[in-house]
Amino acid sequence: MSMGLGDSVWLALALIIPAVTLLAILLLGRRPNLREAATLSGAILLFITVAQLLVDVLAGARPELHLASVAPGLTLALRIDPLGMLFGVVAATLWVANSVYSIGYMRGNDEPRQTMFYACFAIAIFSTMGLAFAGNLFTLFVFYEILSLSTYPLVTHKQNPAAMKAGRVYLITLIGASMILLLPAIIWTGLVAGTLDFKAGGILDGKLGPVALSILLAMFVFGAAKAAVMPLHRWLPAAMVAPTPVSALLHAVAVVKAGVFTILKVVVSIFGIETLSKTGSADWLVYVAGFTIIAASVVALRADDLKRRLAYSTIGQLSYIVMAAALVSPLAVLGAALHIAAHAISKITLFFAAGSIYTAEHVTKVSQMNGIGRRMPWTMAAFAIGALSMIGLPPTAGFLGKWFMLGAASSAANWFAVGVIVVSTVLNAAYFLPILTAAYLKPANGPVKEAPLAMVVALSATALGTVMLFFFPEVPFRLASAILGG
Amino acid sequence: MIAVHGPVLVVILPLFGALVAALVRRPLLAWAVSLIAAIGSFVVAVALLVQVRAEGVVSYRIGGWAPEIGIEYRVDAVNGLILVLVTAIAVLTLVYARRSVLSEIIPERIAWFYAMLMLCLTGLLGMAVTGDAFNVFVFLEISSLSTYVLIALGRDRRALVAAYQYLIVGTIGATFYVIGVGLLYLATGTLNLGLIVERLPEIASPRALIAAEAFIVVGIALKLALFPLHAWLPNAYAYAPSSATVFLASTATKVAVYLLARYIFGVFGVHLGIGSVAIASVLIVLSLAAMFIASAAAVFQNDIKRLLAFSSVAQVGYITLGLALANQSGITGAFLHIVNHALMKGAAFMAVGAIIYRSGTCKLDELSGIGRTMPVTAAALTIAGLGLIGVPGTSGFISKYYLVLGAFEAGFWWVALLIVASSVIAVLYVGRMMEVIWFREPNQRCRGLGEAPAEMLAPMVVLAGMTIWFGLDAELPASLAGAAAHVLLGARP
Amino acid sequence: MNLITGLMADATNIATIFLMVAGLYVVIARGNMVKKLVGLSLFQSSVYLLYLLPGKILGGSAPILDPKLTVYANPLPHVLILTAIVVGIGTLALGLTLVVRIKEAYGTFEEDEIIARDGAKAGEQGDVA
Repeated sequence: MSMGLGDSVWLALALIIPAVTLLAILLLGRRPNLREAATLSGAILLFITVAQLLVDVLAGARPELHLASVAPGLTLALRIDPLGMLFGVVAATLWVANSVYSIGYMRGNDEPRQTMFYACFAIAIFSTMGLAFAGNLFTLFVFYEILSLSTYPLVTHKQNPAAMKAGRVYLITLIGASMILLLPAIIWTGLVAGTLDFKAGGILDGKLGPVALSILLAMFVFGAAKAAVMPLHRWLPAAMVAPTPVSALLHAVAVVKAGVFTILKVVVSIFGIETLSKTGSADWLVYVAGFTIIAASVVALRADDLKRRLAYSTIGQLSYIVMAAALVSPLAVLGAALHIAAHAISKITLFFAAGSIYTAEHVTKVSQMNGIGRRMPWTMAAFAIGALSMIGLPPTAGFLGKWFMLGAASSAANWFAVGVIVVSTVLNAAYFLPILTAAYLKPANGPVKEAPLAMVVALSATALGTVMLFFFPEVPFRLASAILGG
Repeated sequence: MIAVHGPVLVVILPLFGALVAALVRRPLLAWAVSLIAAIGSFVVAVALLVQVRAEGVVSYRIGGWAPEIGIEYRVDAVNGLILVLVTAIAVLTLVYARRSVLSEIIPERIAWFYAMLMLCLTGLLGMAVTGDAFNVFVFLEISSLSTYVLIALGRDRRALVAAYQYLIVGTIGATFYVIGVGLLYLATGTLNLGLIVERLPEIASPRALIAAEAFIVVGIALKLALFPLHAWLPNAYAYAPSSATVFLASTATKVAVYLLARYIFGVFGVHLGIGSVAIASVLIVLSLAAMFIASAAAVFQNDIKRLLAFSSVAQVGYITLGLALANQSGITGAFLHIVNHALMKGAAFMAVGAIIYRSGTCKLDELSGIGRTMPVTAAALTIAGLGLIGVPGTSGFISKYYLVLGAFEAGFWWVALLIVASSVIAVLYVGRMMEVIWFREPNQRCRGLGEAPAEMLAPMVVLAGMTIWFGLDAELPASLAGAAAHVLLGARP
Repeated sequence: MNLITGLMADATNIATIFLMVAGLYVVIARGNMVKKLVGLSLFQSSVYLLYLLPGKILGGSAPILDPKLTVYANPLPHVLILTAIVVGIGTLALGLTLVVRIKEAYGTFEEDEIIARDGAKAGEQGDVA
């Protein structure tokens, strides 16, 4: 692979821009308008940088950058492959939307400690970029941990007892799992394979027996607790106490995606799907993920709190991706990668809408949403699009991923997986459609009252993106198809 | 002169510093003298380490007497590293100490404080540099006696009790050590560690050796606060003046660990033990117990100094665990952690000292939101805390990585799991501190405070910065620690 | 070796061990801080014997070179123990000083009473400086 200087510079910029943004936010802490300008310009510059990288990667380049040799065998190095690029593009794009939305939300609700909030956001996007573009497991782990730590102050932003408790659950689950399972898994991998570098086709072929591979995979899957595979899912609903932009960051831009991205990346570039399908070491994961999908959907069905319902919906959707990864076929990987993008943009729309409803009406319960569709037409239209995408109906992005995953499951004759996808689609419809019918068909009790403009702009944009992605899926599709090539 | 007399200069400089500091009696002058002596000693130590890396071993005969009769000072890759570490911490502590001491100790006693600090430094450096078993005892007592005085200079009256209790335990430990040395002397007829090793094969009965090992290991274990012989440490660290705590926490236990390593690898060998129980197995069990039990105790402390003190007991457990693994990676991890833990605990105790300097308290529940008013101090404490957890990007991760690697190499995968599992307890106690200092509204006491003075901040920021630096680029410390491990493993044929 | 030297050797060892254990026992069992220090001194004294007694050679002379003498006592342990005695005195002096200060600050030097007094005033800073 050729590695032009230009590529490395752009790659370095993907980390430098959030870092500089962070500094600017801290320095401008007392001048809110300039501070928000820093956040916005950082987001836009990062988007341009990542777009430039995307063009290069689509043209076949694989930018690399050596950051530091930490110790013998441990290097901090970046290397963009198509999967990382896909995640990077999704995160950088949604960060722009989320920045616009955050500004509206934080000002609309007059939240305290905004400087810390924006600063932590900048660190989070910094670590997400590093994680997406990580060239080896060690680098991925470093940024994974920075992401956990930088989002902790965001989860506890309200600083009331409930928030502090949720923060503890959040930190202990994520850090604990990553220390106890992910880190040993990485060290084990390094000892067995002699390297930690990601490589298309994996680095473990013939190095471990089927049982050992299963154990190692389990350590990765549960170690990356950000993916919220049951039973390590509790932190996600707990973290719903945070302000809505944080939930959007958690669910769409960075955190949970970092989890499933890690799992997918490990399956593709550490184990190798051929190794896994040959040994059948990932078969068990289909059942665990399938159980998570169904169980989470059932819980979502019974949740009255809107954000809680969305949280359990996320847990289910994430396990789609994990289940697809566990099916270890090219088609399944394609579906999983597409679903990362699709779920991100749809779920951010849903959270934006939820936050917008909260800001305008202070409504948090599903049962209070009667007639709200007429009072907040833009918000609820966006919500409807997001919900349809979650169910997987065309013409929304959610359809794409599900379609390929269903194809992969049936061509592998894995009827359990097929059944899970079908049943969960029905359940998804069962918990989203009543919200829509209540919002649109029940009578409204007040005048039209939309949320602040910045929020409406952001959520309309992501809703539009959800539909556009269905009609123009070329970029994610090309990236997703190139994943197995490395 | 350094090239020829380095090994003795490194000890003599602080010794004279102590003398002059005691004679001048004026606080500022005593401080300046001590600082100059410490800097001189640091320069010599660095020169020695450079020399050792080029030549292997630097041997120095006091008064020109041959080792059989006289005392030999002997610097190799192992204690060269320790000398640099201890002197560097001493310099940083002294820079930090001036303001802190002014606020915590009455003026008439300040010169004594510096004299004692220099004596303690002398003792620690002497323990590290000498190759004579009895000379170690003398330096051990020099450092211990001055430590008791340092602790007793604390503001709280409980400092006196803490000093007394440490005096009792420390003296028992030192006496145990000297009993063990006596047995070795009876068996081999020499006190030079190198000669003792040479003559060990000629000893008819291994009993004397086993008895000597038991006494020496227990004696040193008391000094390094190996669980369960750690009871003296939390009170001593909590009630000593802040600057003394910084220095002791970063150096005293480290030198004792060095001594332990010297004896179990250089003299007895890791497989020697009582009956079928090898010393290594005992150490592994005690280290693991320290890592879990002391960390758990730290979670429930309200006094930050005590919290960090319990954490020190736990962290010493990681170090002794690395030694007990007795392979290249494990010992490298142990020596890396000696360095890294000194850096981060130094930074942490400096931060606590700065908080005491401004707020007058180190009770956690009275420090809500102090991060808002003292952001740099709180940031240093945070970085140190992350290092204690072993978060990647901090030096604590690197040492734990080597320890885990060592555990895997030794075939103890369960030890590897316990190492990482114990880090989660560190998340709890560090998280508690972070929650209070950052994520609560400042209370009445903390609201009007300013940041600590620059000369207290500077050494703190240096240590915190090194914690990050050695977490991102560990080539230098890893190669130094690796060389030390190599020497130790090759010490016995 | 004749009978007397054999017995002598055993007796010295027994004396050494007795002092060692008795001293340690006093340190552990007594709550009175001064008595603890006495025990500590006993314990340290046993070490002096441990070093000195094996160095004594019956009929040996002081190690001064003289053509008439052939058997010398080992001088090194004496030198070592001289140092140890100095250390012991220093420790005892410091220990007693601390006890005096503790008595001034607490009004007692019984360990259990001190613990009780600190417990009663938990959290309060006793200023002795």
